[in-house]
Amino acid sequence: MSFLTRISDIHLDILKEIGNIGAGHAATSLSTMLKRKIDMKVPSVRIVSFDEMMEMAGGSESLVAGVFLRIEGDAPGSMFFLLPIEQAEKYIQQLLGDSTISFRNPPYDELGLSVLQELGNILSGSYLTSLSDFTHLSLLPSVPGLGIDMAGAVLSYGLMEISQAGDYAIVIDTVLNEEEASVSTRVKGHFYLLPDPDSFAVIFKSLGVETNE
Amino acid sequence: MNIVKAPNLIRTTGLGSCVGLVLYDQVRRIAGMVHVMLPSSSLSKSGPVNVAKFADTAVPQLAAKLVQKGARVPALKAKLAGGAQMFQFSGGSDLMRIGPRNVEAVLEQLKILRIPVVAEDVGGNSGRTIEFNADTCILQIRTVNKGTNEI
Repeated sequence: MSFLTRISDIHLDILKEIGNIGAGHAATSLSTMLKRKIDMKVPSVRIVSFDEMMEMAGGSESLVAGVFLRIEGDAPGSMFFLLPIEQAEKYIQQLLGDSTISFRNPPYDELGLSVLQELGNILSGSYLTSLSDFTHLSLLPSVPGLGIDMAGAVLSYGLMEISQAGDYAIVIDTVLNEEEASVSTRVKGHFYLLPDPDSFAVIFKSLGVETNE
Repeated sequence: MNIVKAPNLIRTTGLGSCVGLVLYDQVRRIAGMVHVMLPSSSLSKSGPVNVAKFADTAVPQLAAKLVQKGARVPALKAKLAGGAQMFQFSGGSDLMRIGPRNVEAVLEQLKILRIPVVAEDVGGNSGRTIEFNADTCILQIRTVNKGTNEI
């Protein structure tokens, strides 16, 4: 917890840049896959309580498709690629060219699930690869897990590690948008990067910034 | 961690691997709910512990709070829900089966305090939103795909 009191604007800016680089690569991958223009918002870095984090995802009861993976290696952490359920459907329908795929009622289409998981895998992979290149840290993603459920239920899983150290998380949140679409049909995805509490010092050190100034 | 008296309701949303535990005194019509995230406060890596988060600290604390507000220890009963496994991993460290471990830890605490478990809806792999009515002592459980269930 003590770390959060020592964090400065410079640190937050660095984390923002990390989100920028990582999600930028992921957006490029997504754009290539969907053959569409994908727009990325400036990442936001926030220190939030767990409840606030659920709000960021649209409320703890909102239905989402989430791909979750643990990052292992030098700077362990958790990562989510979160999509509102309608938007996950849209992506997959587009990728498979099959407009009947739905994630509303189980059993879900198995191919659809597999593609969604792979989509999350590719995007998180490109996020992490670029981050790893940038920091020269070894960051190894676990096999991704896919959950389609209430945001609170999905997200709390990634908070387990952090919740052992405190009640707040540093979230690096990047929003991906589909350009050229009307607001209602916009595909919007969230990337959440949640480094474990001990990993911040490692990340900052790799970039030549000390945490205890 | 919250306590209500009838006719109020108490609820918690989006329970995944967390466990929602309700303790109540049916006659005095008072109930308390706690949202347990982790099984044991020994997992905590920081100094001051948020007691509501860990099974081994939250359950006794909730019982004590209820008694303070007028509930009687021998009349306390428990209902719980949650502890789902939201993601399936092939390897799976111990942290990955946190849901079942939370449930085990809560049940163990209830056993120590000799509070009987009247009903439970635990495990599985779907998220739950739960709402307890201190008047009727019914715990309503809503899931995304399996609709609403009452215990």
